[in-house]
Amino acid sequence: MLDRKLRRDLLRMKGQAAAIALVVACAVAAYVGSTTTYRALRSSNEVYYDRFAFADVFAELRRAPRSLASRIAEIPGVGTVETRIVADGPMDIPGFAEPATAHVVSIPPGGPRLNRLVLLSGRMPEPGAGEALAGDTLLKLHHLRLGDAVTVALEGTRHTLRLVGTATSPEFIFQIRPGDLLPDDAHFAVFWLPESDLAAATRLDGAFNNVALRLAPGARETDVLARLDRLLEPYGCLGAYGRDRHVSHRFISDEIRQLQGVAVFMPAVFLGVAAFLLNVAFSRLVGTQREQIAAIKALGYGNAAVGLHFLQLAGVIVLLGTLVGTLAGAWFGSAMTRMYALFYHLPLFRYELDPSAVASAVLLSLLTAFAGVAGAVRRAVRLPPAEAMRPPAPPRYHATLLERLGLGRLLGPVGRMILRSLGRRPVRALLTAVGVAAAMAVLVLGAFLDDSITWMMDLQFRRAQLEDATVTFVEPRDPAVVHELHAVPGVTAVEPFRAVPAVLRAGHRTYRIGILGLPSPAALHRISDREGNLVALPAGGLMLTDKLADLLHARPGDDLDVDILEGTRPRKTVRLAAVVPDLIGLSAYMELDSLNRLAGHGPALSGAFLSVDPAAEQALHRRLKDAPLVAGVLLQRVAVASFEATNAQYLLFFTGILVLFAAVIAVGVVYNSARVTLAERERELASLRVLGFTRGEVSAVLLGELAVLVVLALPLGCLFGLGFSALIARNLSSDLFRVPLIVESSTFAFAALVVLGASLLTALAVRRRIDRLDLVEVLKTKE
Amino acid sequence: MSLWRALNGRNDDDDRPAPGTPVFVAHGLTKVYRMGEVEVHALRGMDLELLAGEFVVLLGPSGSGKSTLLNILGGLDTPSGGTVRYREHDLVGADERRLTKYRREHVGFVFQFYNLIPSLTARENIALVTEIARRPMTPEEALALVDLADRMDHFPSQLSGGQQQRVAIARAVAKRPDVLLCDEPTGALDITSGKVVLGVLARVNRELGTTTAVITHNAAIAAMADRVVTIADGRISKVVRNDHKASPEDLAW
Ligand SMILES: Nc1ncnc2c1ncn2[C@@H]1O[C@H](COP(=O)(O)OP(=O)(O)OP(=O)(O)O)[C@@H](O)[C@H]1O
Ligand SMILES: [Mg+2]
Repeated sequence: MLDRKLRRDLLRMKGQAAAIALVVACAVAAYVGSTTTYRALRSSNEVYYDRFAFADVFAELRRAPRSLASRIAEIPGVGTVETRIVADGPMDIPGFAEPATAHVVSIPPGGPRLNRLVLLSGRMPEPGAGEALAGDTLLKLHHLRLGDAVTVALEGTRHTLRLVGTATSPEFIFQIRPGDLLPDDAHFAVFWLPESDLAAATRLDGAFNNVALRLAPGARETDVLARLDRLLEPYGCLGAYGRDRHVSHRFISDEIRQLQGVAVFMPAVFLGVAAFLLNVAFSRLVGTQREQIAAIKALGYGNAAVGLHFLQLAGVIVLLGTLVGTLAGAWFGSAMTRMYALFYHLPLFRYELDPSAVASAVLLSLLTAFAGVAGAVRRAVRLPPAEAMRPPAPPRYHATLLERLGLGRLLGPVGRMILRSLGRRPVRALLTAVGVAAAMAVLVLGAFLDDSITWMMDLQFRRAQLEDATVTFVEPRDPAVVHELHAVPGVTAVEPFRAVPAVLRAGHRTYRIGILGLPSPAALHRISDREGNLVALPAGGLMLTDKLADLLHARPGDDLDVDILEGTRPRKTVRLAAVVPDLIGLSAYMELDSLNRLAGHGPALSGAFLSVDPAAEQALHRRLKDAPLVAGVLLQRVAVASFEATNAQYLLFFTGILVLFAAVIAVGVVYNSARVTLAERERELASLRVLGFTRGEVSAVLLGELAVLVVLALPLGCLFGLGFSALIARNLSSDLFRVPLIVESSTFAFAALVVLGASLLTALAVRRRIDRLDLVEVLKTKE
Repeated sequence: MSLWRALNGRNDDDDRPAPGTPVFVAHGLTKVYRMGEVEVHALRGMDLELLAGEFVVLLGPSGSGKSTLLNILGGLDTPSGGTVRYREHDLVGADERRLTKYRREHVGFVFQFYNLIPSLTARENIALVTEIARRPMTPEEALALVDLADRMDHFPSQLSGGQQQRVAIARAVAKRPDVLLCDEPTGALDITSGKVVLGVLARVNRELGTTTAVITHNAAIAAMADRVVTIADGRISKVVRNDHKASPEDLAW
């Protein structure tokens, strides 16, 4: 019999049940989707590292004889050692006019033992045949086939590479050109060449310029790094580093950490809302079913049976939600996996619906649901059969605080009804407003990323850095080169820069970095702080980003020791003149002449920022990239466009998902609240209709109450949205990248509009029920 | 409002029919409720006239169709067949909007369960109606009429059942309705409160000239009516005219 009641109750509250189930579904979808993706990402990463022998320690140097390898291997704690040649150069891709960079890595005879290659198609290249492997996405992105060739300029000489296969390796899960914000596979690609071929192209026969090694079990990385540094320093090593400073590793591990945060945060919000909705719905249900519950108990059903009955009802609703949520979560997870495939090269990364994640989602939802209905069920269980047969005490109302303050005089009876009804259940009213606010906050969150990134891009590329192109030289050049650049057709302004590799030391803390020397005041490449204010370089001394100053525990006014890592390698002392709080990474700046004096060998330039006539951009690029001694040309416009394209895709996906989630929360909360209020006040509304109130006027009583809550929720939602965004901004920020907390007013407006729209639609649905209210039926019965 | 009246061409308010002229005229009234396969005939062809200013008591066994009739007369429900008019208002063909307007302008209802708005005080419950009526009393006047002027600012939960019913009557009469329809107004009350409530109904009928119909199961109440209509099985079985109306205090309960 109770089973039949269960089915009938479920059918009667189907609208509410569906709304609650949908919110649960969102929670489960968010949890299952992000958790399974998180686990898949983490485990495929681990397995990949393990099976393809990702190295523990890396070092780049100028040139060292191959014989040095055995001395590296002798360092205590060093396991496998691999010496390699790595070089970068501009490349020409057939049918692609834009500037692109090749990152070329040597394949030792017999294949790499560390950072081993995953051959995805074709075959390994033969030495001496001009053959190469290309990264996995190059062919697809540029519509090339195996057998096609690209041209790469190394050390000023052009080499034609015939592509005989595609591959990837654990050190290139994340491929990014130094200085870029996001990966850009169209303009940056990795190639692998037989060692002998690459040695010839880079004039490094019998030598290497890159080391990767694995630590022996139990070895201490810091000890190995220190010894390695000492050994490699004479060979132009800028400092060995562990995985923690390996760019690819950093990005992927940050991503995994962020995803884990999302996997906790989003479901928590949804489950909180679901618990609240269940609480309200079940409190109401037990309230209306007092007599029924009493009758059931009088028939001899025990308290346990009654309690179980309501828990089952909640359980059924939640299970329906988890079912939908699991399906949505599987879709969400696989979509997210595809999303990640845009950024990461993880050959073992497959989406799998992890049953244990589903199980824990179901368990979590059930627990939350039971917590939500616990109060109501306890009341049902405790209800003595005799008392339940008596009607509940009539609801007590009193004038609200606002009315006592004199506001009441401004309101008619309907206004007072609304105010007092809210005042009678302030906690529920508040939680409803909080629920709607949560929906709005999720929307703000969805749009905030776009705001922040747009703001950052605008700051970086339209307000601070005004150059159209950047030219870098193979080695420092005489300042007279500025005149040559000026003479290139299309160039309207030239701003030289100098980059000097150096080790900054403050006490025992050190950091290796290229110090960027810029003319002061700069006209093109200008530096800005986090708020977007332009920052002038100090006349003398260093300026560091705050993150780097923190790392060194240095404050403005401190003296830093600087080891210059080129030329005569002098050690100097420089005052830290200023610290700039910025958004992107770790940088050190100096005024150009001061830097030249510091580096100690006359004025020289590493490259120049150019202002270019847009019409001449392509011609300029073609001309400069083939010029001798030019290492690379970067077109700002192309870089920004490709960043924005990738980013737009990413944001569209996440904003879309979040809008959907938010709409479900908003509709769920408003609909439930409306239905419960309608059920509680059916009689009042019917009375008003009998008194001659029109349908519209009666609806105003109920919907007015909702409107008050929704309007209250709007400022609250802005606040929550800001809070959520701050949380996510912190979660997304790393040493490499800091997300500013920028929320445009249009975002708040958008969020408010969506919430208002969802509320309005819900209100209209409820309005139809008010219109269908059967007056005679409602008034016939005793309350 | 005056523009509306001008457009409408006539003014309902001031031409109250002379006492004794028919205001409600029903012919062959039927009401069938369909519940799946089963048809319930609540009214089976009822002919009835109610006269202006009269006090009618409707008697009859449970399920005979009294409430159904009253609800149709009050514009809460529509019949399945037959005709029914309130003066020039056709209550059969009217749509929901016209019925609402009809209730708003002409009808006062009193139910067994007072149906007050619990979140509003006695005065505010009445203000609810006076604010949308054309020619209302003040809430204070209406409460004085039911002898509850001193309970004006009490919420329903702070009033006894009889007092709540008097507030409900005050709310029903505050707009000076043309007809007052009461469905078992004393059904939930004890003798003393019941008599007070009936006294109020008689007074309203007498002093305001409101046409009043009262459903009751208590045959004793019939003594205070001008006419007593008995209903059985969806038809009128008997109409009795009282030559001597008893006053409510004298009713033998
Ligand atoms: N909504 C409805 N659906 C189906 N049948 C109904 C409905 N309302 C009333 N009835 C039926 O119509 C008949 C007349 O009902 P009505 O309420 O008019 O009786 P009544 O004379 O007022 O009875 P009581 O004195 O018990 O109030 C009854 O048989 C009842 O079961
Ligand atoms: Mg009845």
